[in-house]
Amino acid sequence: MNFRTLAELGVLCSERGLSIGKLMLEEQSAESGRSQQDEFSKMAAYYEVMKEAVQRGLHENTTSRSGLTGLDAQRVVAHRQQQEACLGEHASNAMAYALAVSEVNASMGRIIATPTAGSCGIIPGVFVSSQERFGWDDEHLVHGLFAAGAIGYVIANNSFVSGAEGGCQAEVGSAIGMAAGALVELRGGTPAQAIHAVGLALKNTLGLICDPVGGLVEIPCIVRNGFGAVSALAAADMALAGVRSVIPSDEVIQVMLEVGSAMPEIHRETAGGGLATTPTGRQIMQELREN
Amino acid sequence: MRFKDVFSIIGPSMVGPSSSHTAGAVRIGLVAHQLFGAIPERAEILFYGSFAATYQGHGTDIAIVSGLLGFATDDRRIPDALAVAEESGMEVIFGHGKGLFSHPNTVKLVLETTVPEPRKLLLIGTSIGGGNIEIVDVDEFTVKISGNYPTLIILHEDKPGVIADVTSLLDSEGINIGHMSVDRKGRSGEALTVLELDSLLPGSLITALGSIDHVQRITTIDLNSV
Repeated sequence: MNFRTLAELGVLCSERGLSIGKLMLEEQSAESGRSQQDEFSKMAAYYEVMKEAVQRGLHENTTSRSGLTGLDAQRVVAHRQQQEACLGEHASNAMAYALAVSEVNASMGRIIATPTAGSCGIIPGVFVSSQERFGWDDEHLVHGLFAAGAIGYVIANNSFVSGAEGGCQAEVGSAIGMAAGALVELRGGTPAQAIHAVGLALKNTLGLICDPVGGLVEIPCIVRNGFGAVSALAAADMALAGVRSVIPSDEVIQVMLEVGSAMPEIHRETAGGGLATTPTGRQIMQELREN
Repeated sequence: MRFKDVFSIIGPSMVGPSSSHTAGAVRIGLVAHQLFGAIPERAEILFYGSFAATYQGHGTDIAIVSGLLGFATDDRRIPDALAVAEESGMEVIFGHGKGLFSHPNTVKLVLETTVPEPRKLLLIGTSIGGGNIEIVDVDEFTVKISGNYPTLIILHEDKPGVIADVTSLLDSEGINIGHMSVDRKGRSGEALTVLELDSLLPGSLITALGSIDHVQRITTIDLNSV
């Protein structure tokens, strides 16, 4: 790839007169040696899996193997149908779809890791609900996935994207930043605005620990995906409105690296602290062991 | 750069719940499956670190077995892998590994079969996040295999010129090497050379590589073909 940072990515986009998504498609094709058409088709197939996961989560039984989670996406949809959601219809849908995909994941269903399985709900939640709302064709969304991938590529190589390494700020936080930046581009924002959205989004998840109860990708991971989708919408709106990330987004990524590296082991996916070791968290762990 | 391309960020397509504990585990199993070239009669699976602590909840056990059966990371049969293994005549033994390990998500596999002749494969793999893996040991040779590229694994005697012969044959076909490692049991003993390539190898080239002096066995890995 010809960029290491979001700043470099922005410069390349303006030099070549391309959106982040289209630039990433060119870069990916150059890296792999395969045609842009082949790379696009692979991503398009991934988008199909994302849409399928949303539908499964909304309509099928998503009770997890542990029995701890499931069906929350359907609860959110039912609630919105019965009365006006506090978030309004569209943000409520994004949240429900994100929960849906994350629940499909916890119940051993098929998903796309974006960037990880623990954060797999956020991008589909934002993308599929926005596609319904704005009437975009699939091709538009697939370019959006390349944009999300470019942003994730920078975050992953300069900081981290897994909870085990950098806490949930790295996992859910990266996905929110990727979704926010991509959504700006999908809505017609400039690469510079998309990059501001990444910084705005990441700032809001700095310090988030990874504390899965029983070590499973369920509590609190699933609800954090739901919240994440809503945060991504908010960050995209701020950036599209012209709000800037005063601390440049690349510097925010460095802060995430600093905070994640300083995070104690018990707060990095070890189930040794946080929600995992509350009295109820401990009790659930005990019950899981006995079964 | 730790992550090389867009599909190491978006993807893989996988069956839940954890990219490191499940998808990564399937891919480690798949490497072992391709290296072994068959479904083993007996598979001993030893988990270390975080794998050992939470493998049942994450389905790491069924994920490894899925890979050993040749399933892709998004195969819908993954939840039923233990039953499929039993039907296939594979005896599976799970355990907790002892001693030092190289990464919090590490698994050691010992695969055995008696047909057509008795043989064994030992492999140690680590799952480094987002479904990305690193195989660090094959039959007690230190290696570094990511599974992201077509990979050539050559068991040979430690003699001068073997590696030069291999690379010149690759050169003649215009095949570029992205990463290469060599380890040997001792001077003039057995050696294992691993090459990660930018393109697939034609079958004729594999045959030609196999006839190089002092080369004992050639195997290939290509997870993208699964």
